[in-house]
Amino acid sequence: MTDAALDFATDPPTWRHRAWKMAIRLFRHRSFRIGFGITLLLVVVATFGPLLVKTDPTAMQMRFRFRPPSERFLMGTDGFGRDVFSRFIYGAQLSLWIGLWVAVLSGIAGTFFGVLSGYVRAIDSLVMRVMDALLAFPPILLAIGVNAALGPQVHSVIIALSVSYIPRTARIVRASALVVRELDYVQAAKISGASGLRIVWRHILPNSIGPLLVQLTFVFAYAILAEAALSFLGIGPPPPTPSWGNIIAEGRDYAVEAWWIMLFPGIGISLAALGMNLLGDGLRDVLDPRLKIEG
Amino acid sequence: MLRLITFRLAHAVPILLIIAVLAFLLMQLLPGDPAVLMAGEGATPQAIQEIRQRLNLDQPLVRQLGTWLLHLAQGDLGSSLQLNQTVVSAVAERLPVSLSLAAISLLITVPAGIMLGVVAAYARDSWLDAVAMAVALIGVSVPTFWIAILSVILFSVTLGWLPSAGYVPLSEGFVPWLLALIQPAIVLALFQIGFLARMTRSAMLDVLDQDFIRTARAKGVVESVVLWKHAFRNTLIAVLTVVGYIFSLLIGGSVIVEQVFALPGVGRLVVQAVLTRDYPLVQGTLLLFGFIFVLINIATDILYLIVDPRVRYD
Repeated sequence: MTDAALDFATDPPTWRHRAWKMAIRLFRHRSFRIGFGITLLLVVVATFGPLLVKTDPTAMQMRFRFRPPSERFLMGTDGFGRDVFSRFIYGAQLSLWIGLWVAVLSGIAGTFFGVLSGYVRAIDSLVMRVMDALLAFPPILLAIGVNAALGPQVHSVIIALSVSYIPRTARIVRASALVVRELDYVQAAKISGASGLRIVWRHILPNSIGPLLVQLTFVFAYAILAEAALSFLGIGPPPPTPSWGNIIAEGRDYAVEAWWIMLFPGIGISLAALGMNLLGDGLRDVLDPRLKIEG
Repeated sequence: MLRLITFRLAHAVPILLIIAVLAFLLMQLLPGDPAVLMAGEGATPQAIQEIRQRLNLDQPLVRQLGTWLLHLAQGDLGSSLQLNQTVVSAVAERLPVSLSLAAISLLITVPAGIMLGVVAAYARDSWLDAVAMAVALIGVSVPTFWIAILSVILFSVTLGWLPSAGYVPLSEGFVPWLLALIQPAIVLALFQIGFLARMTRSAMLDVLDQDFIRTARAKGVVESVVLWKHAFRNTLIAVLTVVGYIFSLLIGGSVIVEQVFALPGVGRLVVQAVLTRDYPLVQGTLLLFGFIFVLINIATDILYLIVDPRVRYD
């Protein structure tokens, strides 16, 4: 990891070579392969699905209420005669979209606060106390609170969940920053007059990227589960926007007679979370030098 | 020991203060006039004005914060707008339900998660490890509310073994209480079991690779003693940290489980409060949960000291 960071600073071709070797090692890892496959499948479904599905996910056709899965309605229809398959596809898009944004936003904000508190020691204890305080709220509850304040919209779900995952991300980046800033070559860079920003950009960030990436993969998985839970509770994106969570909530009352309404979105959520968790496991095993004992 | 407790409590004061300020600021995030929002549609100007005065919304921000903190110091978290109750009494009334659920769930989670993790680490790379970790992975990937509904269909609707909803207080007997809570508690535990098992396994793997384990085996110590006394004891710090975090997950998860099983707990209270725009209640409950979590963390730190005599806080 340290070597990779050094090469990044001095010798780009070697770095690219290492990245290639890293990719090969990742794909030798079984969890990573399976996780990558599941995630890729869902990304394809979410990206191209809406282009192929002609049925409007919100179109109600009362003639076709509660139709079981068939050739015409692959996942059946719900109580309003809406096509569950179409809702599933759009729900997939929303879920992955929210997961991605939460991972990106909490990653950026977490990195900012982590570097700030790991590198600028003067405000370390203040920043970390605020992070501790945020950490004291269970993520889903904090999300419920922020969401209540901002109103039931897609962007408030994203903000609410991002806020909940900032402290954990910040802690991870801070931990790397604390180690890296004491390394000899970083001290040397400092003495030779490198600016603080340069040290952060060239040394601290490249060295934090491994653990950060692992963490963000898990944040992605948690965000998908949390968004579904919020939607299920009626605090997510407002209906009739299809979200995996609110399709299940709407199908709940007919779970026995019209099982298809809640079955497919549940499988969708599980698969998405499973895929991201497996990706995270693979990344952690390959990127974390501590666990490389098995070779 | 006393010094440690004092130290930790002193350390917690600024965090508690920041939690209080954060909970206060949450209300300030509301777009537009909070009083209009809370009064709901079609409210008379008098009603809006009444809410504004009741919540000191007509005061300057700093003054509002001062009043909020002052009341807090006196144990006053404000009053619910809808329930005609103070936040403290509304929460206190529902706390036994949530605590019962959390306690049973934690009692299931800890042994199950640890066993799964230790067995997987011990049988590393065998089929047993693969099965244990697959179970754990499914636990952390399948949404709680979905499993809850499926479980109700199987155990309550189809088999009729367990009640599908409702709470029975402990005062009406241990067995009815347990019967009412066992299904929600197990459903709630699944995610935490998976989480704890995965953490326990990786902590155990770190320890099992160390020299003193080889030494213990070389001198002929029985495997079960190596596993539990030599290896597992050294992962207790890591495991304890996870258990502290699990408590936070339990509180979050109970919000969902209480909703599915219609348990009149604090989680259900929060959801109702959000849906009825009862912001003071949301704010007060969040604050209480934050405080509880800080206290749990202190308890965890004290447990560290008991578990591992090398730990010192200076």
